[in-house]
Amino acid sequence: MADAEEPEKKRRKIEELTEKMAVDGGHGDSGDWDGRWNHVKKFLERPGPFTHPDFEPSIESLGFLLETCKILVIGAGGLGCELLKNLALSGFRHIHVVDMDTIDISNLNRQFLFRPNDVGRPKADVAADFVNNRIPGCKVVPHFNKIQDFDESFYRQFHIIVCGLDSIIARRWMNGMLISLLSYNDGVLDPSSIIPLIDGGTEGFKGNARVILPGMTACIDCTLALYPPQINFPMCTIASMPRLPEHCVEYVRMLQWPKDEPFGEGVGLDGDNPEHIQWVFQRAHERAADYNITGVTYRLTQGVVKRIIPAVASTNAVIAAACSTEVFKMASSAYIPLNNYLVFNDVDGLYTYTFEAERKENCSACSQVPQDLQFPPSAKLQEVLEYLTENASLQMKSPAITATLEGKNKTLYLQTVASIEERTRPNLCKTLKELGLSDGQELAVADITTPQTVLFKLKLTS
Amino acid sequence: MAVTKASKDQKYDRQLRLWGDHGQEELENAHVCLINSTASGTEILKNLVLPGIGAFTIVDGHKVSGQDVGNNFFLSNNSIGRNRAQAATELLQELNTDVSGNFVEESPEKLLDNDPEFFHRFTLVIGVQLPESTCLRLGSVLWNANIPFLVCRTYGLVGYMRLVVKEHTVIESHPDNALEDLRLDQPFAELKNHIQSYDLEGMGKKNHSHTPWIIIVAKYLEKWFSEHNFQFPKNYKEKEAFKQLIRQGILKSEKGTPEDEENFEEAIKNVNTALNPTKISSGVDDIFNGEQCNDITSQTPAFWVMTRAVREFVHNDGGGNLPVRGSIPDMIADSEKFITLQNIYREKAMQDASVVSKHVESLLQSVGKPSESISEQDIKLFCKNAAFLRVVRCRSLVEEYSVETVNKDAITSCMDSADGEMVLYLMLRSVDRFYQQHSRYPGVYNYQVEEDISKLKLCVNSLLQEYSLNVNVKDDYIHEFCRYGASEPHTVASFLGGSAAQEAIKIITRQFVPFNNTFIYNAMSQTTATFQL
Repeated sequence: MADAEEPEKKRRKIEELTEKMAVDGGHGDSGDWDGRWNHVKKFLERPGPFTHPDFEPSIESLGFLLETCKILVIGAGGLGCELLKNLALSGFRHIHVVDMDTIDISNLNRQFLFRPNDVGRPKADVAADFVNNRIPGCKVVPHFNKIQDFDESFYRQFHIIVCGLDSIIARRWMNGMLISLLSYNDGVLDPSSIIPLIDGGTEGFKGNARVILPGMTACIDCTLALYPPQINFPMCTIASMPRLPEHCVEYVRMLQWPKDEPFGEGVGLDGDNPEHIQWVFQRAHERAADYNITGVTYRLTQGVVKRIIPAVASTNAVIAAACSTEVFKMASSAYIPLNNYLVFNDVDGLYTYTFEAERKENCSACSQVPQDLQFPPSAKLQEVLEYLTENASLQMKSPAITATLEGKNKTLYLQTVASIEERTRPNLCKTLKELGLSDGQELAVADITTPQTVLFKLKLTS
Repeated sequence: MAVTKASKDQKYDRQLRLWGDHGQEELENAHVCLINSTASGTEILKNLVLPGIGAFTIVDGHKVSGQDVGNNFFLSNNSIGRNRAQAATELLQELNTDVSGNFVEESPEKLLDNDPEFFHRFTLVIGVQLPESTCLRLGSVLWNANIPFLVCRTYGLVGYMRLVVKEHTVIESHPDNALEDLRLDQPFAELKNHIQSYDLEGMGKKNHSHTPWIIIVAKYLEKWFSEHNFQFPKNYKEKEAFKQLIRQGILKSEKGTPEDEENFEEAIKNVNTALNPTKISSGVDDIFNGEQCNDITSQTPAFWVMTRAVREFVHNDGGGNLPVRGSIPDMIADSEKFITLQNIYREKAMQDASVVSKHVESLLQSVGKPSESISEQDIKLFCKNAAFLRVVRCRSLVEEYSVETVNKDAITSCMDSADGEMVLYLMLRSVDRFYQQHSRYPGVYNYQVEEDISKLKLCVNSLLQEYSLNVNVKDDYIHEFCRYGASEPHTVASFLGGSAAQEAIKIITRQFVPFNNTFIYNAMSQTTATFQL
């Protein structure tokens, strides 16, 4: 692209133009003009028949939103851009936004805080800049980070956290983090330790928005069964019995690329590299021709390799709006919040369904009840591992299992560090009895789906 | 950055996967008119500009106020006092350089007075926060010109949309859960022959385990027929017995234990749907019996010519069935068996489509139009989607508002749930009445809230009386609507913005199905409802 030659110059030019069009008071001028908050004030300063029982109309409420209330937005993508706009125009000024990604051209059809010249820059930074420039007084603080880069001390500072994530793993991690912040006095939950989590998700023309009060209402893991695990194509289909164009693409991605290493030794397939996709496309097309399969296109190839989910501005707007309304309700006590799950689909007319998702009694994330693991002593550790990953309510990704044996902490199996994986791999074939595990033994399991270790109680069956 | 087809493909990739290049083309050829660039309006436009609408024109006679800037992302405080259409166009245009943004610094009322035909140039008109009288006037003009009209408003925590289009036909409705078209109850000749060519009992293990479940069900159906006097398995009991029959066909090892034959498991799992009789849905039947289908003239739109052609096919060539769809779901099978089976269906679909094509040709000829006026590609697409055709016809605003034709039944029965969305509709109609009488909306200023409650109540009562609606509107809602003070909170405007924009895209692309015809969003309870008023 010719424009890549002088990105900095172009970016500064756009910034100047935007400045001229937007704020007149310059940066840092939070001077509120007449009538600015009229639309919002009606909900803060007037009594009404449907307000929350705790609601007290007050002229000070706006001040709380503007000066004190701190909101964290996770994700600055399709939902995140909408959330930042919505919150800023509802009176929130202290907003932090976390996103680990940089801007891609395919984001531009909906992530409206970004322009073609921003491609390659961190989403969080560009989003914060845009909103702060457009909405005088708003102070969005960006973090070009993964959520896992922060610990409790970071998350604890926020009144409400709202997520616009594109991954279930990340959602579960966030969920686990807020649950770990909960404090109990004599077994009773301290309400001041609860940070509400408002979560939105979209896919094509479908979306959902939910309100989670950690420790009190259904959490992400309570309803994990609502997200069935992604089904991948069976290996034998990919390897020797392709029927669909998708099978041909997966063959090239999973088998041919590692064998051919077309762009150099150890160079992995990068879905964002058009040359890589072109290579996969051509070979997938050849394979398809061998089997008389039609339909392999560049677009299909890219879709399969990158696991692309179609997306439009409208669905993101709807879901983010619903989430933002809930943030406002929570922060202002203006109305009773959504209790607690909204489903949206506008393929045929507009369909919504609002219901109360129930807490799972023995939820591995929020129930505080140690999970039981029932296995015969002759079961191999491999079986335990499979259970942890395949069980619909657990869906762990690469669990690391440790146990206290003879007073010492012993790692039974850990996959994510190569040297430890190699050392502990033989344990997978050993039985629980051989490993010295006894009935009632506590097993601590760590996984990327949760910031805290999950404790399991081993029940050895006869 | 040069706008090439490739870079546009990249930019729009995520949405092209939903409505295809042809849908995108429709979008890029459309010119949408927005009346009133309040927050609701600009949010709707944002969601049309981002996906690349061809052009938009904002009609707005208002000047930007401080209040306007406060809830609108596309107005900045240095535009206070300037014309709102112009100010909003600048910041919306900036979102996407592919789009052509225009503005008219004029109120819609003036345009209706002086130049109503101004609106005839648009693909779709979106009216936001319109007073009732303007809405009805504009509605008439657009109805007579056959231009779709989408009325939108945000009123406090309530969102409202009304679609006004005489007739909107949809070929590609993309249903979420479509039943497959397998014809197992009435296999066409080529399918029959193909099934014949399989000898399940004589097959080796590998072939047996990789035979498509469609073949398996077909084979066992034949077996069932011979044992049940050529009757299909009808009830639950018989279907279970049929599944058992198939299960018995699973190969056994030397020890007598059943082998792992996933294709047989698939067959058993799919029995219920596979045995669904092939028939034309009542929805499609209604479309076949539509007026336009009967009277083909040189003005008849392509949709109806093709519908008629398919109807001819159904009666003359299809044995009462639609053209074969031609697609089959993926299933456990070796490549050759699957592809061969798939091609049987595909070829039949092509054959049927070409017969339909002949009907199209003769229909076009009979009204003096060239056969090229409807392309082969369009006919193929139509045949593929024949089972999913949809036609949306909305009543006009006149019909909704007129005492003689008001939909009393819908309103009254919905009001059985006194806290549903229907009461919000009645409140919106009542505040319009208030506006007509007092030239303002209730409760805009704090001091007005209390005193306006009784005034608004009078409006509610006169509305109910005029339409003879024997329903009760709780006082709480009257109070609440005074409380709203005609405010337009951004998050509610944004929800409406997303909803309305997608409906507009449906109208423009003719893909997916628009709502019919009144949509209400309640941000308090996060619930919605659709009424046909």
